[in-house]
Amino acid sequence: MASWGEASQSRLIGKRITRLSGKDKVTGKAKYTYDINRPGMLYARILRSDVAHANVIDIDLSRAEELPGVKAVLPIIEVGKKLRYQGQEIAAVAAETDDIAKDALRLIFVDLEELPFVVTEEDALAEGAPQIRDWVGNKSNPGTNEKGEVEIGFNEAAVTVEAKYHTPVQTHVCLETHGNVAEWTDDQNLTVWASTQAVFGVRDDLAGRFELPANQVRVITEHMGGGFGSKFGAGVEGRTAVQLAKITGQPVKLMLTRRAEHLVAGNRPSMTQHVKAGASRDGRLIAYDMRGYGTGGISSGAGFQAPYVYSVDNIRTERFNVTINAGNQRAMRAPGHPQGAFAMDSLMDELAEKLGMNPLEFRRINDPSEVRQAQYTLGAQEIGWHRRNTIPGSGTGVKKHGIGVGSGLWGGGGGRGTQARVTINADGTVEAVTGTQDIGTGIRTAIAIIVAEEFGLTPTDIAVKVGDSGPGLRSGGSGGSQTTASVAPVIKTAAEAAIQKLFEHVAPLLQAPVDDLRVGNGTIYVASDRTKTVTWHQATGLLGMESISEGGNWDQELRQHGVAGTQFAEVEVDTETGNVQVIKIVAVQDCGLAINRLTTESQINGGVIMGLGQTLLEERIMDPLTGRMLNANLEDYKVPGTYEIPEIKSIVFDTHRKVTGVGEPPCIPTLGAIANAVYNAIGVRIRELPITPDKVLTALAQKKHKEVSNG
Amino acid sequence: MSEKDKEQKQGKNISRRSFIKGVGTGTVAATVAPAILVGDEKAAEAQTDEAVASAKIQLNINEEVTEIEVEARTTLLSVLRDGIDTTGNNVDLTGAKLICDKGECGGCTVLVDGKPVYACMMLAMDAQGKQITTVEGIANGDDLHPVQEAFIKHDALMCGFCTPGFVVSSVALLNENNKPTIAEIKEGLSGNTCRCGTYPFIFDAVETASQEM
Repeated sequence: MASWGEASQSRLIGKRITRLSGKDKVTGKAKYTYDINRPGMLYARILRSDVAHANVIDIDLSRAEELPGVKAVLPIIEVGKKLRYQGQEIAAVAAETDDIAKDALRLIFVDLEELPFVVTEEDALAEGAPQIRDWVGNKSNPGTNEKGEVEIGFNEAAVTVEAKYHTPVQTHVCLETHGNVAEWTDDQNLTVWASTQAVFGVRDDLAGRFELPANQVRVITEHMGGGFGSKFGAGVEGRTAVQLAKITGQPVKLMLTRRAEHLVAGNRPSMTQHVKAGASRDGRLIAYDMRGYGTGGISSGAGFQAPYVYSVDNIRTERFNVTINAGNQRAMRAPGHPQGAFAMDSLMDELAEKLGMNPLEFRRINDPSEVRQAQYTLGAQEIGWHRRNTIPGSGTGVKKHGIGVGSGLWGGGGGRGTQARVTINADGTVEAVTGTQDIGTGIRTAIAIIVAEEFGLTPTDIAVKVGDSGPGLRSGGSGGSQTTASVAPVIKTAAEAAIQKLFEHVAPLLQAPVDDLRVGNGTIYVASDRTKTVTWHQATGLLGMESISEGGNWDQELRQHGVAGTQFAEVEVDTETGNVQVIKIVAVQDCGLAINRLTTESQINGGVIMGLGQTLLEERIMDPLTGRMLNANLEDYKVPGTYEIPEIKSIVFDTHRKVTGVGEPPCIPTLGAIANAVYNAIGVRIRELPITPDKVLTALAQKKHKEVSNG
Repeated sequence: MSEKDKEQKQGKNISRRSFIKGVGTGTVAATVAPAILVGDEKAAEAQTDEAVASAKIQLNINEEVTEIEVEARTTLLSVLRDGIDTTGNNVDLTGAKLICDKGECGGCTVLVDGKPVYACMMLAMDAQGKQITTVEGIANGDDLHPVQEAFIKHDALMCGFCTPGFVVSSVALLNENNKPTIAEIKEGLSGNTCRCGTYPFIFDAVETASQEM
């Protein structure tokens, strides 16, 4: 049976290994799509709608076309069609410089007939709201789920909680905006540098749209500056770049502006849920009734997990999408999970309090995961759970501390569809090639570690080539935390096959059977007689004019699906300013076999910080009067900066030695942990994210008012 | 309400804002031009006419003199990334990144006379006569700067897009304060943004580098 072997036998796997791309990234040499400069390259920009809803009456491109330096002007929307959200594409220009392209956009004349719009869920659902698409009342048909008898559950419940929880739209904020550099090498061959999470996805997308054979489109993503689920297809901007390159016969670079990135390049949908839940006196969650909705903008896809993580016997849920005049949602790091986790973990604490039960004990009773049960124990020790306020809000002083807990789960077991080749050359060099892409998670280094482990070499000895469809070795998109679990088994089996081939060359020299050969530290030796040994270079020298080049297969025994995670947060709330400072997060994350412990810890840190941003800072703010996003920049849309960063204890929780992805799950439990810690600090619950100072101060004032009126 | 405003209100035109960048020596400052309506020919042409005024300047970048023709509006960042010098070569220093385009994220941080400056907020003409150091000029040939070594060692980067800005800001911080506390590191790097969430390891890296320097 295929296996990664015992931890004690691993030289490299599971250790802390620095990234292969580290030097290029710290010296500025790493080339992202945005950094590609091609001879004769033009710069393209897109003119976008600045209104939420309008009929296009006329577009006049002639003046823009006349501007010196402009090489092409391309209409994107047709006259007579509707613009349905701010940021929607109207036309594009390609010019000799970016500044000329900017000037040219100002010379495009557009006549619009503005239409009534809705940009908030409340406005969309209000009586008499304008219907903006084919959904009556701007609502999709609801999806329902029922299990057991929820009314019987409530009859048996000793306590019930009814609450409304809300999370707003969050945007991805990829620091490298979406974009491409397109170059036709002739009229039938296209090369595109794409900032994408799916090299082959973009290749197939463009081949289809431009009616080219797939093998005549090459997509390259050597490095890419963040995707978080928003960069899978070529997009309007990709197709536009390719079209402009075709018209002009010159390479074209088209990167989105920061503003456009917020408006049209995807977002995490909002969530609003009205939930009623009941628990028995002995602490069993027995009834869960939820009605909720979210908006994915003009599209659907606003799903969320409810209930989440914990077992409930009797469930009734109904959820629907609300449509508004705003850019489409796209998958964002663990789609649907952080929203669901915030609501569920808040609800769990509210129920526990009514039962007079420790929230951690209440979780233990209702959590079916053995892994999380163990994580609760470890995490509680690490954070010092005993230090929490037994009576929430009972701390003294202006700055109050609180501690909370949250949970999450994810899949990440990978899938078929990766092809790879591992090649050993006669000069001793090694190449590992596959069509995956390194989106910052470190797959390049993980591949090198796996091959180096099999070959007795060091990771820097392995030339890893990813992010290029040119070699024709397909791999899937980097989504669903699937990359490592999809790629690692194929690389390992390819490396195993390659070293077996090398052993066949070495065996006669060492006068030993192939199955008696092992790799050492840069050597190959005979297991039964360790005095018989050759160096790596002596071994590969036997290949003469040949190379060894082997493929692999996705051996399911090498990976596992499903991870559990738990986080504990300690916060300090300033009751005078309303500011919430997270002091510490303990993230206990089930990771399966961490190929590279260092980059795994990085991913956990990153997930926690993105979760922290969603809990305390991030919100797309739409103006109901103008239909525009008010904070489509990096000043008013707040992502975590240095001051917000707490001490993070990332615990790689090893449960087995099979590979599982961990890119998404660490961003999930953070929301509930922080929200519950805030409640533990101030004794008043904030059910709407982000937990900003104004909400904290309002909640404190309401609590005070209540206390005063209660005498 | 003017006719133009009325038209805009009625949805006859699409309005955009144009942004002109200005910067004073040593400090970062911006002026915002009046709003320009798309479809307003005069405004658009005035903008264009003003912008095309250009001059040949010399910039000292990473201890090499680069001669380049720039427009009044050309930013230092634009020269570094997209500039073509008077001999026809691409400047091609693409380490500094344009991320926010308005001095909010630090992705384009370079050293100007040793001080960290947002290159997206500095006009190229204002950079004349100054020593400009980009992330490509931080290492001494093949010998990495202690900050760079420490970033690699601590995995203080993931996608790496913000990394050049953080490296340059960290170098600037340590040049000024070679034994910063964690609070001082956070303050020194507060002008830089990372989305992958590498901050904890960046703090570790700066601490390590400070011990090496």
